[in-house]
Amino acid sequence: MIPKDHLFDFMLIHADTSLIISQRLSEWCGHGPVLEQDMAMTNLALDHIGRARLLYQYASELENAGRSEDELAFLRDELDYKNLLLAEYPNTDFAFTVTRQFFLDAFYIDLLDKLSGSADSRLAHIANKSLKETQYHYKWSSDWMIRLGDGTEISHEKVQNAVDRLWEYTGEIFQPAECELGMMEAGVAPSYEELSDSWHQRVNSVLAEATLKKPQSTWQQKGGKTGHHTEHLGYLLAEMQYMQRAYPGLDW
Amino acid sequence: MTIEELERKFQDRIDAEEKIEAKDWMPEEYRKTLIRQISQHAHSEVVGMLPEGNWVTRAPNLKRKAILLAKIQDEAGHGLYLYSAAETLGVERDSLIDDLHSGKAKYSSIFNYPAISWADMGAIGWLVDGAAIMNQVALCRTSYGPYARAMVRICKEESFHQRQGYDILLSLSRGNAAQKRMCQDAINRWWWPSLMMFGPNDAHSPHSAQSMKWKIKRVSNDELRQRFVDMTVPQCEILGMKLPDDKLKWNPERGHYDFGEIDWSEFNNVLKGNGPCNKERLADRLNAHLDGAWVREAAMAHSEKRARRTA
Ligand SMILES: [Fe+2]
Ligand SMILES: [Fe+2]
Repeated sequence: MIPKDHLFDFMLIHADTSLIISQRLSEWCGHGPVLEQDMAMTNLALDHIGRARLLYQYASELENAGRSEDELAFLRDELDYKNLLLAEYPNTDFAFTVTRQFFLDAFYIDLLDKLSGSADSRLAHIANKSLKETQYHYKWSSDWMIRLGDGTEISHEKVQNAVDRLWEYTGEIFQPAECELGMMEAGVAPSYEELSDSWHQRVNSVLAEATLKKPQSTWQQKGGKTGHHTEHLGYLLAEMQYMQRAYPGLDW
Repeated sequence: MTIEELERKFQDRIDAEEKIEAKDWMPEEYRKTLIRQISQHAHSEVVGMLPEGNWVTRAPNLKRKAILLAKIQDEAGHGLYLYSAAETLGVERDSLIDDLHSGKAKYSSIFNYPAISWADMGAIGWLVDGAAIMNQVALCRTSYGPYARAMVRICKEESFHQRQGYDILLSLSRGNAAQKRMCQDAINRWWWPSLMMFGPNDAHSPHSAQSMKWKIKRVSNDELRQRFVDMTVPQCEILGMKLPDDKLKWNPERGHYDFGEIDWSEFNNVLKGNGPCNKERLADRLNAHLDGAWVREAAMAHSEKRARRTA
């Protein structure tokens, strides 16, 4: 058995990451580069919010303190959000959005695959459902990496710039937090070393096909999993939490 | 066959309730009317994503956020079906979109009103989608086959949109004073613009007669508007809210609700570009299009490269 608080924290890392990336993607609503991609990004946002809900609901039951999915999603302080820094990075432009998505999908596609065979049956169930979505997301984001990288000179430059800029937020993914170490030991979560290897393989092959260069720099930011975020998150939360903060305790 | 004979045969088919298909002969004016109407309809779906997109990042809870996202995604899908239906008439989506951006093509004026509170997500679903359904249900029987079929698909989703909007207002109407206030305020602001969605009174509707003869349009503006009012008033009573019209009253002789006169000068002004959000909406669409140009070019360049490699 793994300690409940490890499981709870683990749910929050991924619930928060899903929620925050969903929030970012939904900012595109009505402003996509072409109607089909507007729809695709709305669809991604929708899948991620669905996933966030399943994870928060499970977290809420694990915590067993009467906090609902909405209280977990909307009424915590910034310090308590555990999402990956990558998820909160602003949309910037379509190249950044695609790159951010690709880096995340290349991780989740393997994590979810492993978790769908997890000893925790509830988690396995959620992972199994999410995996099917992520396979589609990964297809979308890796296809666009290749299209943009191997498209025009301008698109190549833009997506290379996004890769270079976002690179420093990718290392954090594989730096296990305490709860993740606990989960690994209990055999509920897979080894992050293995996940990291497989992520690098995916990234290498997609970047190569996209004619993009893998960044050389090795310095990596961290802090998301322990609640120390970039300056961007505060604004995102201010907007996202607005109704719950302005009108506490109501039904909508 | 002479043009007159062709036109007579065409009208005979219409009168016999036959659907006109893309490859069939049709009068030039029929084609033009349809292109104008279908593209305007498509643009409305797309511009309509903006006021709702304005609240998706601030939706009050996860469930509402998910439902709103799903709705906006549907609207994008409606835009796609309708652009495809228009393309069957021999126009390209790009040129239709250029006409939107240049101001040559219109979209529904309703989306030139601002969505300023969460309750507006309810009022838009209930009243705006509700009014749209009235129109669209009638259009399921329109004479042009591809348009009619697009409408059948769209109508299925629209009734879900209306219900979710009403459900938002229902929650607010059972809430605290602040929620009730935002609910009533949204209804006050959206009621008259929703009635305007049906267009000018029949006596002043310039294209209507010919459109009715061709069965592009099957029910008149005023009749649709009346149906909408009759449907909406009892729903508003359940909410315990007031519709902002002192003249609104059941008329037992007519078997319909009487209602007050629409402010047509407001209608005409919004149509002319003077609504609260005309400039923002168009600028948003135009900027999205311009900002996305490099993405569309990249996709094109890449698929050309691929084709060359496999050739
Ligand atoms: Fe629609
Ligand atoms: Fe709708």
